[in-house]
Amino acid sequence: MNKPLRRIAIFCGLLVMALLIRDNWIQYVQADALQKHKNNRRVSIERYAQPRGDIIVDGKPITGSTETSSSDFKWKRTYKNGEMWAPVTGYASQAFGATQLESIEDGILTGNDDRLFFRRTLDMITGKKQEGGNVVTTLNGAAQKAAFDGLGDKKGAVAAIDPSTGAILALASTPSYDPSTFAGNSTDTDTKAWTKLQKKQNPDDPMLNRALRETYPPGSTFKAVTAAAALEHGLVEDPDAKTDSPDPWIMPETTTELPNEGNIPCKNATLRDALRYSCNTVFGKIGSDLGKDKMLETAEKFGFNKEQFVPTRSSASVFPTVLDKSQTALSSIGQFDTATTPLQMAMVASAIANDGTLMKPYMVDRLTAPSLDAIDQHEPEKMSEPLSADNAQKLQSMMETVVEDGTGTKAQIPNVKVGGKTGTAQHGVDNELAPYAWFISYAKGEDGSSPVAVAVVVEDSQAEREDISGGGLAAPIAKDVMKAVLDSK
Amino acid sequence: MSSTTNPSTHHTSTIGAIGAPSRRNTELALLVFAVVIPVFAYANVGLAINDQVPSGLLGYGLGLGLLAAVGHLVVRKFAPYADPLMLPLATLLNGLGLVLIWRLDQSPRLQQRAESLFGSFSPDAPKQLLYSALGIALFVVVLMLLKDHRILQRYTYISMAAAIVLLLLPLVPGLGANVNGAKIWISIGGFSIQPGEFAKIIIAVFFSGYLMVKRDALALASRRFMGLYLPRGRDLGPILTLWAVSLLILVFENDLGTSLLFFGMFVIMLYVATERTSWIVIGLLMSAGGAVVVSTFASQVKVRVTAWLDPFGCYETSGACEQIGQSIMSFGSGGVLGTGLGQGNSDLIGFAANSDFIFATVGEELGLAGVMAFLLLYGLIIERGIRTALAARDPFGKLFATGLSGAFALQIFVVAGGVMGLIPLTGMTMPFLASGGSSVIANWALVGILLRISDTARRPAPAPASNPDAEMTQVVRP
Repeated sequence: MNKPLRRIAIFCGLLVMALLIRDNWIQYVQADALQKHKNNRRVSIERYAQPRGDIIVDGKPITGSTETSSSDFKWKRTYKNGEMWAPVTGYASQAFGATQLESIEDGILTGNDDRLFFRRTLDMITGKKQEGGNVVTTLNGAAQKAAFDGLGDKKGAVAAIDPSTGAILALASTPSYDPSTFAGNSTDTDTKAWTKLQKKQNPDDPMLNRALRETYPPGSTFKAVTAAAALEHGLVEDPDAKTDSPDPWIMPETTTELPNEGNIPCKNATLRDALRYSCNTVFGKIGSDLGKDKMLETAEKFGFNKEQFVPTRSSASVFPTVLDKSQTALSSIGQFDTATTPLQMAMVASAIANDGTLMKPYMVDRLTAPSLDAIDQHEPEKMSEPLSADNAQKLQSMMETVVEDGTGTKAQIPNVKVGGKTGTAQHGVDNELAPYAWFISYAKGEDGSSPVAVAVVVEDSQAEREDISGGGLAAPIAKDVMKAVLDSK
Repeated sequence: MSSTTNPSTHHTSTIGAIGAPSRRNTELALLVFAVVIPVFAYANVGLAINDQVPSGLLGYGLGLGLLAAVGHLVVRKFAPYADPLMLPLATLLNGLGLVLIWRLDQSPRLQQRAESLFGSFSPDAPKQLLYSALGIALFVVVLMLLKDHRILQRYTYISMAAAIVLLLLPLVPGLGANVNGAKIWISIGGFSIQPGEFAKIIIAVFFSGYLMVKRDALALASRRFMGLYLPRGRDLGPILTLWAVSLLILVFENDLGTSLLFFGMFVIMLYVATERTSWIVIGLLMSAGGAVVVSTFASQVKVRVTAWLDPFGCYETSGACEQIGQSIMSFGSGGVLGTGLGQGNSDLIGFAANSDFIFATVGEELGLAGVMAFLLLYGLIIERGIRTALAARDPFGKLFATGLSGAFALQIFVVAGGVMGLIPLTGMTMPFLASGGSSVIANWALVGILLRISDTARRPAPAPASNPDAEMTQVVRP
């Protein structure tokens, strides 16, 4: 009986061997994937095992942590003025995970980041509990408050940038949500709050970060881009020279007339006047004369057709790449398929205000260790140069006319030079939905450089379909944001 | 017997135990480690969870030491030539099992779970210590009363009846308890007993006795077909009966593990008894057929198979998937070196964390290294068991030791494979490690029996008789 018995011994050995191989598979080969698996609660357990580091604005934290009695998650995230800051912070919820800044900088906030490795090891040796580092943002509390209060009950978004660096100063989106309400994991309170905020229950979609993730047709504010293209590509050299613009103007290769809003003097208007009155005919013709490729080139230099990471991801704004002549004309006045995020339009304003240089937008100034030593300092970075300094100054002077004596007078600030452009974007099939009111602007300091550029969009404005609505609804918000930045200098 | 036809096997005869040392002192030295290692582990858990050496450390160390000492002294007295490895291995596993159970008793998550489900939480470690003592007691009883394992041969058919009764007990209304779908428990006066664990040993007695008598018929009366010796139709009776019983267990008790264990054990013993590979082939075909049939009809089995195939696909919707998913994540989160005792989150598994899924705690807290060490410990027990079977001089002892070691190996494979997602999960527990009285008591008895067989096998032959003819016939065939 010994021969089969030896075979049985080998068989038993194979059984154990199979177990050993399987064990190596799950504990070595797959270990990393299993450790980070979305169903693995240990990820959130570890995330909340110690107080998270804070997100900081103007030297003060806008987040916090509070100890809980839960057996799994010792610490819970809290937010100060959560609704106002939600587009900046995102959320970190025990039950629903983390997004945006809370998720992107999770390593720093929990203290697990590799850059904190040395400190963590030191803490382990000295027996100190692991601590999270802080994320210091570029935001300006006063500007953010002006933006959030200005939007009020209306649906919309504001993005403000410091043109000289690209630092984001305000990033507001309404309606908003308070991430504190679902930061825990109680099924009674947190799950209910979460469910109520979901798009399915709440058509207003309060958890959408409109400043970064929603793309709107930019309407007439896009004429600033078209004007820049006209100057850059030499189609117009003197903003005060008459253009060859018929009114009414029939779009090329069609029999459709491109109308102007209201009775405005657009026939052969100068570029300055065309911007001031927001002439569709003039800019439509410029776009169609320049052609799709030149328009696309300028738009892309401003950042269109590319996602931005600030470091939170911002949706790519769209300037269509396949267009016929009449579609180019429509796209050049911010209609057809052109769609932009508020951040993108703030970038347009900031590039013009910064004498043609577009700085890469960012909102994390530096990451600090728990001891507040900086471990990563963001250096402003040039992104592109959509137009020359000379042309930028021409465009500035035109945009300043818009505010002084055009559609954007509501953005005037006493003793401050402000340039801007209004917009009212139609949307919906046959434009039956309420239009979006837009305003982009910048303010100049005493030395002629600009500390702030803003883009404001207000959805479902009940205003009439006149270009003035952008000036009426959105401009005052932009003005308050700019004023807040100027006052805090 | 091949030895009659193949003279070369004479060289591998294991009769060489004549004059062999008893190795009792080796066993004692190993036992010291088997007690000291769990004591360190126990201190480790206390330091990790409460930042202090647990107050029960001395009591625990003395208790485990006492059990080991009793076991050792009884072996020294009643089975002096027994295998020196098995008692230390079993003690080490039992001791570490106690530590793991105590560690899971400290989990607030499991405490809260017990409170919300049953209204109160009671720690399992003290109970397990009691069961371990009972297990050692049974071990002692086996070694003291069972002077020769061949006595059991007399009870071949009584064993069969007893095993069948034990296996069917959980189906008796009012006695059987349905735990998570599987009906493998009975509860008497507040105690839960898993009769299958005891049936495992008793049925091995029946198989050994039966096969010893019938093996010639089963081996020789056969036709040759495609290189295989096919048995006669009427000789298929026993394997068909066993197959049917296993399927009944699977269908009515929803227990894949027990069913696989008994059928597998029978096939292994049949193969060893008859030396006919055809039995293995027939056995595999029959289990495959049975598995297909049952997994199409028994919903519980189907659920387990689905959970095994893709635990994360149905993670949110099915409890079975969540269990196996949690278990696999627990292993994965341990990585190579583990989190350290007391510092993992294997208690997230919740249900049966300290019994069926206790191996996941090993995986998470001791890591790949720890799991491999545990698997090798089990592998050593199996290997010593088979070595005992090889050394045994009587066919009954050979078959008995084969059956017990084979069943032990299958159980390890089925349980560890189940919690690691290698095969569908079954309702069995890791021997010695998992919380549960039946398992630990039955397995101590199993070790006791193996020690008895190995003592008989390794015991020096009586002094040679003066008659030179007698000496000639002294050689016993393997």
